[in-house]
Amino acid sequence: MTTTAPPRPSGTGTPPRAPRPVPGWRRGLRPYLLSIPAVLIIVGILYPFVLGAYYAFLNYAAVVPRPVFVGLTNFVEVLSDPVFWASVRVTAIYAVTATVVETVLGVGIALLLNRSSLVGRIFERVLILPLMIAPVIAGVIWGLMFNPQFGVLNHVLGLGSTFDWLGEGRALWSVVLVDVWIFTPFVAILVLAGIRSLPKEPFEASAVDGASWFYMFRRLMLPMMWPYILVAVIFRFMDSLKVFDHVYVLTAGGPGDATRTLQIGAYQNSIVNLNYSQGSTYMFLLWAIVFLTARYLVSVLGKAQRRAAGSEE
Amino acid sequence: MAAKELTPGQRRFSPASLGADLVLLGWFVFSLFPLVWMVLLALKTNADQITTFFAFTPTLKNFGIVLSDEGTRLTSVNFTDALFNSVINCVGAVLVSLVIGIPAAYAAGRWQYRGSNDVMFTILSFRFAPELMVIVPLFVIYNQLGLFDTNVGMIWVLQLVTMPLIVWILRSYFQDLPAELEQAALLDGYTRRRAFMMVALPLVRPGIAASALLAFVFAWNNYVFPLILTGSRHTPVTVAVTRFLGGGGQAYYNLTAAAALIAALPPLIVALSIQRYLVRGLSFGAVKA
Repeated sequence: MTTTAPPRPSGTGTPPRAPRPVPGWRRGLRPYLLSIPAVLIIVGILYPFVLGAYYAFLNYAAVVPRPVFVGLTNFVEVLSDPVFWASVRVTAIYAVTATVVETVLGVGIALLLNRSSLVGRIFERVLILPLMIAPVIAGVIWGLMFNPQFGVLNHVLGLGSTFDWLGEGRALWSVVLVDVWIFTPFVAILVLAGIRSLPKEPFEASAVDGASWFYMFRRLMLPMMWPYILVAVIFRFMDSLKVFDHVYVLTAGGPGDATRTLQIGAYQNSIVNLNYSQGSTYMFLLWAIVFLTARYLVSVLGKAQRRAAGSEE
Repeated sequence: MAAKELTPGQRRFSPASLGADLVLLGWFVFSLFPLVWMVLLALKTNADQITTFFAFTPTLKNFGIVLSDEGTRLTSVNFTDALFNSVINCVGAVLVSLVIGIPAAYAAGRWQYRGSNDVMFTILSFRFAPELMVIVPLFVIYNQLGLFDTNVGMIWVLQLVTMPLIVWILRSYFQDLPAELEQAALLDGYTRRRAFMMVALPLVRPGIAASALLAFVFAWNNYVFPLILTGSRHTPVTVAVTRFLGGGGQAYYNLTAAAALIAALPPLIVALSIQRYLVRGLSFGAVKA
């Protein structure tokens, strides 16, 4: 780069004054000083966060005028409640299904787009549109389309006017479908960027050696792409564990508790039933799940990155 | 025409590529149909919305209703005010995050100091924490401080959305910047601060713009924070749109679609304008495209 030399501070031609030397202790302090505002904000956000964790150990609810410390009572209560375990089950099914489907479709779409056909190049420009719409608005639109009588889906697919997309037994799959609609492009553009950044030489070498396309995909491309896929998987899995927006607007957790994910359960406990402590217990447990999953997935990612970079574990 | 160089996995035309295009086309239809449907529904009259699917006479009346007092009467939320609130909240939240986040991102990108990773990962963890864990106590705190249903309250809580994004993306940009550039400036007699302001900052300007705009999109699209932490006076658009769904037994599908379309346009326009930077932004700097 040749254009990056700093301009002279003054145009008069006099050499700039030499800066006063900065003492070493101040230099060492510099990154901390720069981070102070951010740390203050962090504290401002951590305070309610810690308070929320603390609520899980109180009997805090709108009907309790003076909440007291109750130890692990909430946890015992919640963990022995089948409704909570139903929520865990719904959340797990939702997160695993959505992540797997989105990853498979996203990688497939990325591979197809990488061919750069005319269709692909046009499509690439609008690929991200569903991703950039608010999930709650996506939920609203799909809700209008799911409507059995007036919705367009039953009409277009010829399902009559009684097929209920959000009925018992189907609702969970329908909200997963909406998740897939929104977030598959996320996986696709990440993986596509990954494919395009791969070095060409290994592929040329194996093409010279007469390797089949599938062999190259399996043995070269997939291992080299794996870190990119994993980044997408981590984001998608963590986010679907705490899904709320489009599920809430589509079903509000129903019918029954068929789509009552953990965050919707916490919402019902805290905001609808005004039992803050029970809601916070849900969130504390969900936070623990998210935290442990994140640590595991990040360690997997680290290994994959080292492998893709060529060093053996 | 000279044969274009192919990236790994690319192949030249074959009958199979026709099939691949058809598959892509299938996804294309699935992906865009709901958006097309939203536009169609927004252009229908009250009668047409339940009797027609694709053939109808379009009208722009719904947009007028949504943005006027008539819409306010139906939903008890003024949609124009909601748009205004969203703009204030999101611009405010992004500005606060930039002022606070740029120095922190620079410090983390330039130096490995004790605790730097802790600070960065704490910021990142906000992105992945379940929102309700923070909202419930904030609901109590906001009611005590009088921040419930205010724009200031929303700007504060939206830091959870905008800060991690801006700090992490900008850190990756500052890391890419060779330290020699600033050292050259220091040799030329610049102070540290001037070297940062005149050399480092201008060079990461694309990163700042992209991360600010992406943070704006995510702040705009946020739903769960305002759902609980605003009442009816400072409701942003995402909540205002859903108000059209439950209009006292009467269904206003066309109005809902019109409101959804208006609310969806700003993020869509912004996103399309920063497409080059999206991958890096969406992955928090993990994937550098």
